[in-house]
Amino acid sequence: MFAYIVRRVLATIPVMAFVALFVFSLLYIAPGDPAAVIAGDQATPDDVERIRASLGLDRPFLIRFGEWVWRILQGDLGVSIFTNLPVSTMIQQRIEPTMSLMILTLILAVSVAIPMGVVAAWKQGTAIDRTVMGFAVLGFSVPVFVVGYVLAYIFALELDWVPVQGYTPIKQGFWPWFRNLILPSIALGTVYIALIARITRATMLEVLQQDYIRTARAKGAGQRNILFLHALKNAAVPIVTVIGIGIALLIGGAVVTESVFAIPGLGRLTVDAILRRDYPVIQGVVLLFSFVYVLVNLLIDLLYTILDPRIRY
Amino acid sequence: MQRRDVFKLGAAAAATALPSFAIAQPAQNRVLKMVPQANLTSLDPIWTTANITRNYGYMVFDTLYGMDAQFQPQPQMAAGHSSDDGGRSVTITLRPGLKFHDGEPVRAQDVVPSLQRWMKRSPFGQKLATVTDDIQMVDDMRIRFRLKKPFPLLFHALAQVSNGPAFIMPERLAKTDPFQQVREAIGSGPFRFRANEFNSGSLAVFERFADYVPVPTGTPSLTAGPKIAHFDRVEWHIIVDAATAAAAIQTGEIDWYEQPPPEVQLLLRRNRQVVIEAIDPLPLTGILRFNHLNGPFNNKALRQALLPAINQQDFMQASVGTDPSLYTTGVGMFTPGTPLANDAGLAPLMGPRSIDRARALMRDAGYTNQTMRLIGPTDILVPAALTQVGADLVRRLGFNADIVLSDWGTTVQRRTSREPVERGGWSMLFTSFSSFDFADPAAHFPLRGNGANAWFGWPEIPKLEEARDAWFDAPDLATQQALARDMQTVAMDELPYIPLGSYKSMTALRANLSGRVAGLALYWGIRRS
Repeated sequence: MFAYIVRRVLATIPVMAFVALFVFSLLYIAPGDPAAVIAGDQATPDDVERIRASLGLDRPFLIRFGEWVWRILQGDLGVSIFTNLPVSTMIQQRIEPTMSLMILTLILAVSVAIPMGVVAAWKQGTAIDRTVMGFAVLGFSVPVFVVGYVLAYIFALELDWVPVQGYTPIKQGFWPWFRNLILPSIALGTVYIALIARITRATMLEVLQQDYIRTARAKGAGQRNILFLHALKNAAVPIVTVIGIGIALLIGGAVVTESVFAIPGLGRLTVDAILRRDYPVIQGVVLLFSFVYVLVNLLIDLLYTILDPRIRY
Repeated sequence: MQRRDVFKLGAAAAATALPSFAIAQPAQNRVLKMVPQANLTSLDPIWTTANITRNYGYMVFDTLYGMDAQFQPQPQMAAGHSSDDGGRSVTITLRPGLKFHDGEPVRAQDVVPSLQRWMKRSPFGQKLATVTDDIQMVDDMRIRFRLKKPFPLLFHALAQVSNGPAFIMPERLAKTDPFQQVREAIGSGPFRFRANEFNSGSLAVFERFADYVPVPTGTPSLTAGPKIAHFDRVEWHIIVDAATAAAAIQTGEIDWYEQPPPEVQLLLRRNRQVVIEAIDPLPLTGILRFNHLNGPFNNKALRQALLPAINQQDFMQASVGTDPSLYTTGVGMFTPGTPLANDAGLAPLMGPRSIDRARALMRDAGYTNQTMRLIGPTDILVPAALTQVGADLVRRLGFNADIVLSDWGTTVQRRTSREPVERGGWSMLFTSFSSFDFADPAAHFPLRGNGANAWFGWPEIPKLEEARDAWFDAPDLATQQALARDMQTVAMDELPYIPLGSYKSMTALRANLSGRVAGLALYWGIRRS
């Protein structure tokens, strides 16, 4: 097991190296020029050239890439072209809102979607099943930003129960923190709930047909025990897999949700950096997202061994 | 514990919370929360000409001279000045008691390198540099310009509102390479920047600078007059989504939304707690810029052929909506409402518009279906709208048009290309400029005709440059106005660009705010009633 973990951790190195090369190359060939953005409308071409030179953007690709990799190996993600702040500082400023949003969404989604899927499977073909599946279709079909706007209109603008926008750090109190994240996490969680509920239902239907479930029923086990102890545990592997894959969905959705609710997270930072061509920030954030995704996948793989003792590495 | 005990506990908690809320309210009233026009990224208003950094600059820094609403420079950090040697030596004296935010006094040692740095980046400063032998420090409180010849617009340059105002910084910052950013936000303006609370893309915080010494007399007028801050704290909340910002101002979470788009303005006008007004009584101007270096628009007759088809109303309504109070047509090269605005040479833009007439002129000009490329942004409101109308127009005119729409970052890179269309160059673009940019020839870049050194499009029109040079030396307003007419006549013939009309930029404020100084998003004078 330990050897497996070491192997997997080592395997992340070429993955991250490939991501680094890919992101750097993509930005190099993509159109756009931060020097032109900085110089503004009134700049002369000479001004733009001088700014480009002062930023080191006029140097050859390999030299810039080599320097960037060397700095990363030393733990330095570089400095933002525009704000002059270290990229690591900017990420630190933004990581809490994004992590808060993602964790809250994850908790909400799992705690709502799994019972929904289990109940839908248990009541297959009934009105409850159709309602749950109808919600799932709706959750997939309606974009995150539409859900966000509707929620904000009803609960913030009309009812004034929660703020329209913004983020309060958790150190300023749980309730202010939570209050700001209620609507965003529901908006972001909708599609995630739909996804998990569907996969839970499908897997549960399969498991509920198994002989050991029939045996449990014959032994007189209660319905709750059958569903949540015997069936759900055996259906957990595909569900956990989908939850892991869904982290990518969350990252993508966070960009939109952070824009709609003005949450100062990593998603907004990424979009702003792309629009300005702030290369060090884009590179830093994409590397971080890639690392998180690789890490989540590793954790999911390890979780399999707990959920299904037959799986051994 | 019974259920009713829980309720009692909750009620007691609420009761204890209420007084603290009531105490907190006055402090909240001393905070102004606003959504600025863009995200604040750079903290150096000399290094970048971004308008958001300029607005930040007016809070944190101060200028020797301010510009009043009549475009007359007034002493700001300066107590006054004297001239000798027939106007070739100008001595400016600082007001006493001025301090930087780090507690250090403002001295001539700070002013001289600040102006020298500014003169390397600001176009008006660069012009001033061409007539300046040197700037000397006479003593701690006085500086002296030694000029090659009298420069009547010296104080206009020092009071320049936009395109890199001449902000004064401490000596250690002012000595930074002008092509590098300064690393601190220390000025002597009415607000101190809270660097430790700065989160670019989310929040920028300013607090009132207690040691700021306002101009002792007069009334606030644009960037001149006493800058008295009535809020202890100003917070810029960056909200990129217009609907969210609109909702936030309606619920009172924010007080001021600097640039709501037209569709949001319609929504906000229905709310009695929100007031919509022009941020600047003077309008911005939209333009169609030609690339003069390459075909097909290196052909003057082809540029002129477009004039009968240009309907300024179409461009303006696409930009700001159909309310005629929000836009002006019949607009020339200078901002309507400013002293140099005139109607010379504008006849081709007036009267009935005709696509057929334009097509006939295109044929006469020898247009034979050469490819032209129109470039423009999709993510900047007014330039995007102008571009869409322009794209439709060139299609209707029958141009063999390659319409390339992209984000602003890509557009500003593409427009730097001097290559012909077949090698990735461009032929036509649309953008807009502020009232200050087009108020006079000093900062009016699209009106330059200095070829390779001109603004993107690179027209070579020596007559324009001669008139511009003469304008800098003009002794009085009447002469300046005559030269402005000449420039417009030449420009409407040569067409470095075509003006597309002027429009007002509207701002939304909570109704309990008053005293806002018109012109820019300025933070002195404004208060909560």
